[in-house]
Amino acid sequence: MTEYKLMKGNEALAEAAILAGCDAYFGYPITPQSEVLEYLAREMPKHNRIVMQAESEVASINMVYGAAGAGFRAMTSSSSPGISLMQEGISYIAGAELPCLLVNVNRAGPGLGTIQPGQGDYFQSTKGGGHGDYRMIVLAPASVQEMADFVFLGFDLADQYRNPVLILSDGAIGQMMEKVKFKPYTRPQTDKSSWATTGKPKTRGRNYITSLHIQPEKMEEHNKHLEEKFRKIRENEVRFEEINTSDADYLFVAYGLSARICQKAMDIARQKGIKAGLLRPITLYPYPYQRLNELASQVKMLLSVELNSGQMVEDVRLAVNGKRPVEFYGRMGGMMPTPEEIVHHLETLIQYHHVN
Amino acid sequence: MNSLNDCRQLEELIVAGFGGQGVLSLGMTLAYAGMVENKEISWMPSYGPEMRGGTANCIVILSENKISSPILSQFDSAIVLNQPSMDKFAPRLKPGGLLLYESGNIFKPSTREDIDIIGIPATTEALKMKNAKTMNMIMLGAYLQLKPVVQNDSILEALAKVLPEKYHHLLPINRQALELGEALAREMKTQPV
Repeated sequence: MTEYKLMKGNEALAEAAILAGCDAYFGYPITPQSEVLEYLAREMPKHNRIVMQAESEVASINMVYGAAGAGFRAMTSSSSPGISLMQEGISYIAGAELPCLLVNVNRAGPGLGTIQPGQGDYFQSTKGGGHGDYRMIVLAPASVQEMADFVFLGFDLADQYRNPVLILSDGAIGQMMEKVKFKPYTRPQTDKSSWATTGKPKTRGRNYITSLHIQPEKMEEHNKHLEEKFRKIRENEVRFEEINTSDADYLFVAYGLSARICQKAMDIARQKGIKAGLLRPITLYPYPYQRLNELASQVKMLLSVELNSGQMVEDVRLAVNGKRPVEFYGRMGGMMPTPEEIVHHLETLIQYHHVN
Repeated sequence: MNSLNDCRQLEELIVAGFGGQGVLSLGMTLAYAGMVENKEISWMPSYGPEMRGGTANCIVILSENKISSPILSQFDSAIVLNQPSMDKFAPRLKPGGLLLYESGNIFKPSTREDIDIIGIPATTEALKMKNAKTMNMIMLGAYLQLKPVVQNDSILEALAKVLPEKYHHLLPINRQALELGEALAREMKTQPV
């Protein structure tokens, strides 16, 4: 039987990276995710893996580009401003179709902001933070257990689709401790020999890693190929969790830490006789548009709760498509709403809409 | 998941004081003990600017059911080790809650009448033991005497896990501190208010 461990979210994620067979980690320290680099710097050499503190985030992401191109399981992690610095590299990696795992332990912004938790990087993560037409699969953990689980899932999805996968966490999930269990993991067989630059044997032609397609015809062909891949991702990889939705009149939509706070808000609301439910998107890309649209037919109002000024709420509105009122509540700057505060806001909105 | 069950949490505790008083390790020891007993647990520390010379705090939740929000605004119990923490968290206790404070550092305890307020001279007692750092364990011992949310054995097991191995020679004095805290709280409980 696997035993539980008490770990910080960042440490659980780092341990999972080792167990998932991460060959190489490149990173640069930044609060609130420095524990990832610290943990891996201590533990990776024991497993004969590569860990390197690069000179900057720009260097980190390009080292990931190189290692992934050579067929290795590579990852980096950072927090918001550091992830901004990586955007050019991420776009290149997506263009060159290389599998890798990126981790953003979101802090509050813009700019250097503050090191407290935030969800202000939703747009950057899901709508293409770098240039050009590309998407990343974005996983949003809401517990220390998921910080670990999504590393295995993330690496596997990256390999399967030859695409970067982003774990979008936040300062609270990264810093908090909960018990975590590392489940036995079998790495799926993936053959990278057709594209990885592993040294050319006489039996095959040259493998090229590039995001440059100078002829417009070729470039468009590549764009179409990428779009086809993203379509498959949208079809097959939507993940979400529903709590108390079957009889819900009001639906909270929240991810990560906000979803945890909303769970408590939902319990308080139900004690007051307000039938609240929660849809928690686990993948932020691809987004659970279809399920939200179905639920919109059943509930009276939807309330998106986020640690930003209102970003995911735009996707909720796209999903609901005018069927029902979609409202937003958020805190910013590293401040977090209390469950009672959310319930109070919900009660005010119910009165405002006269939907009771 | 049954949400109504999720609401019945065993204990929602805030531990707060100055950085360096052992606030975070007190909370971590309790969280670890909860894990030893197969409880659901969460330990949410304050981190960042407030920790540098200012106040440190952590929220510890122990529950039989899956824990929803790790961040709370109201608490069943508070262990406060300095005056700013007393001022900040005393108003956030639920009615009937327990407010345990370190009476050597706090001169103005809350005047609320709907909660139990108990002062423990943990700093003085720790100095008598010739190890000021055991103050937090005296407070933890006192807390567990008043709110036995975990078994004694689990705390001792937790202590050995939380304390890095190079400090294991300090396990006996930490155990003594826990027992001393229990004894102090027992005395307080029997004294008429």
